[in-house]
Amino acid sequence: MQKVYARPAWCMNCHLCEVNCIIAHSRSRDLFRAYKRENLRGTARVIVEERLPLSVAVQCRHCDDPICVAGCISGAMVKDPATGIVYCQEDKCVGCWTCVAGCPYGAIRPGEKNGRPVPLKCDLCRETGEPACVAGCPNRALVWEERGAGA
Amino acid sequence: MPTLSLMPTEFTVVRNEEKCIKCLACVRQCGFEAQQYDAEDDRLYAIDANCVNCQRCVSICPAGALTIYKNPPPLRPHAFWTENHLRNIAKQAETGGVLLTGMGNDQPFPAYFDRLLLNASQVTNPSIDPLREPMELRTYLGRRPEPGAKTRTPLVPIATPIMFSAMSYGSISHEAFASLARAAKEFDTMFNTGEGGLPGDLYEYADHAVVQVASGRFGVHADYLNAGRIVEIKIGQGAKPGIGGHLPGEKITAPVAATRMIPEGTDALSPAPHHDIYSIEDLKQLIFTLKEATRYQKPVSVKVSAVHNVAAIASGIARAGADIIAIDGFRGGTGAAPTMIRDHVGIPIELAIAAVDQRLRDEGIRNQVSLVAAGGFRSSADVVKAIALGADAVYIATAALIALGCHLCQKCYTGKCSWGIATQDPYRSRRLNPEIGAERLYNLLRGWSHEIKEMLGGMGINSIESLRGNRLHLRGVGLNEVELKLLGVKHAGEAM
Repeated sequence: MQKVYARPAWCMNCHLCEVNCIIAHSRSRDLFRAYKRENLRGTARVIVEERLPLSVAVQCRHCDDPICVAGCISGAMVKDPATGIVYCQEDKCVGCWTCVAGCPYGAIRPGEKNGRPVPLKCDLCRETGEPACVAGCPNRALVWEERGAGA
Repeated sequence: MPTLSLMPTEFTVVRNEEKCIKCLACVRQCGFEAQQYDAEDDRLYAIDANCVNCQRCVSICPAGALTIYKNPPPLRPHAFWTENHLRNIAKQAETGGVLLTGMGNDQPFPAYFDRLLLNASQVTNPSIDPLREPMELRTYLGRRPEPGAKTRTPLVPIATPIMFSAMSYGSISHEAFASLARAAKEFDTMFNTGEGGLPGDLYEYADHAVVQVASGRFGVHADYLNAGRIVEIKIGQGAKPGIGGHLPGEKITAPVAATRMIPEGTDALSPAPHHDIYSIEDLKQLIFTLKEATRYQKPVSVKVSAVHNVAAIASGIARAGADIIAIDGFRGGTGAAPTMIRDHVGIPIELAIAAVDQRLRDEGIRNQVSLVAAGGFRSSADVVKAIALGADAVYIATAALIALGCHLCQKCYTGKCSWGIATQDPYRSRRLNPEIGAERLYNLLRGWSHEIKEMLGGMGINSIESLRGNRLHLRGVGLNEVELKLLGVKHAGEAM
C-alpha cells in the first residue's frame, strides 16, 4: 500500500507537517480557525522526533498485522481491508488507550474531541487523498509512495 | 565586547499575535537565535539585536504572522555621515577589528546595465519568433585553432551562455554545491568548483565542472584536473581584488578537510598572490603545467578581477596561452571579504568587458580566447547586454544563490546561514534539499534562456553568435561621452 515515508536526511525540523496535519483534521480545514477557535494546537497525528541536528517525522506505519487493532477492546480501531489504512471509528472509542500502550512505534497518542476520547493517529488523510503532511512538507522530507509489503 | 553598544539594533521583528499559532517554526529555523520561545510562559519573542533580516522566519511562517522592519537611522539623517558609516565606526570602536561582510558590493555606484538599451527590428528587417523558428544559444568556449595548427584543445559547448560562477565547497554547503552541480548537468552548462576542490561523491558531475586552481591549491590533484571539463586558474575575485581567502577552521569539517586535503579544523588560507606567479611569464608556466597535466584536452581559463588595467592584463593572459579569460566585476559576491575592499576596489564589469573585448580585437587576438564575464548579472537582459558588449558567456552566482533561497542578508561569513547555503552546520544545511535546489536553478536557467531567445528574436537575430560583440544593438541613455566611448556604444537616438 501507499504509505508515508520520512527521508530523515532532508527533515529540517520545521514541524510544518504537524501544522498541516492539524489543519487537515480540523472541522474548518482553516489554519486560524483550527488553532484559534477549535483549539487544536498539539493534536497533530504526526510528530517530529528530535535528536538535533537530526529530526524525523514519525507517524502510524499502518502495519500489516496491527497490534492496535488486535488490542482494541471496543472494536473502534480497524484496518480497512481495501486500502490497508488503520483508523479509528471515533464514535466507538471508549478511551482505554490500549492502542497507545501497544503501538510499537509510539505513533498513537491519547487525545479528545468534543469531550470524547480520540486516539491521535495518522489516517493517511483517507478522506482527502494525498496526506497533508506530505503535500505541505517544504523540503520533500516526507513522501507518499508504494514500497511493497513490509516496508 | 562592551556591555553597552552605542548603536541601536538594525531591525525589529514584529509578530502579529492575532495570527501567530505558536507552532515555533520561526524559532527552529532562525539561524541567528533572534527568534525565541519561553516555554514557561508559552511565549514567543524576538531578540531584535540578533536579527539580520534574512527572512527565513518570514518565509517559513505558515500563518504569515511575521514582518521584519528596518529601524529608522540611529541619528538624524545626514547625507555625508550615512547610517552605514556610523554603524561601521561604532562596530570598530567596540571590536577593533576589520569589518567583514558577504555577497557583493551593495553601494549605490552606477549600474551601466541600467543605462543601456537593446534594439529591436521594425519593418525593414523582420523580427523572429523563437517559438516558431529555431534559435541557437549554444556557445563554444575555448581557443579557436589557428589555420594549420597540429594540435587543438577541444572546445567546450554549453547549452546557454550562462554558467554558475565559482563557489567553493566549504564556503557553501554540500547541499548548495550539489544543487549547482546537478542543475549544470541537467541544463548542459557548467558549474565551477571554486577553490575548494570537488567532493568525492560529486565526481559524476565533473564533466560539467570548471575545476579551479587557486592560490591555496586546495583539493588540486591530477584526477581532479582531468575529471573537470575546464581548468580555471583563479587569480582574483571581483568582490575582493588583490585579497586572498580565509575559510575559518570551524567550517573545515571532516568532509571539507578531505576535499581540500588539509587537516580538519585548520584555517584554510589562500594567499593573496599565487606564490609562483609574479609575471605573465610565470602565469604562462602554470597554464602550460596544467595543460601538460591534462594532455591538452582541457581548455585553461584564467580568472581575474576587473581592475583599472584589466585590458592590458587580459591581453597578457591571452598571450600566455589561456583559452578562456574570466573577468569578475566589482559587484561580484563572496562568502567573506573585508567591507572596505568589497565596496571600494575594482571596476564595473560592463566597462571591463568593453575594454577587454576592444583591446583583444585591436590586437587581433580576440579569436584566441573566450571571454567570460562575471559579477552582478541580475537578469537575462544583463546577460544579453554583456554579450552584446563582447562577452562570450557569463558566470552567475548571486542570482543562483537567490534562486536557492538567499535573501542577501550578507552574513555568509558568520557560517550561520538560515537558508542552508553558506554554512557547514548540518542542522542548517539539511534544509536545502538539492533535489529542490537543482530544480529551482534549472528553472532560472530555463527562464533566462527563454528570455534571451525572445530578445534575440526581437533584434532579428537567430543565434547568440550574431549578437556577440555586436554593440550596434546597444544604445546608452544618460551616459557621458567618455562612458559611451569606453563602452563603444552610441547614445539613444543616434541612428546606425
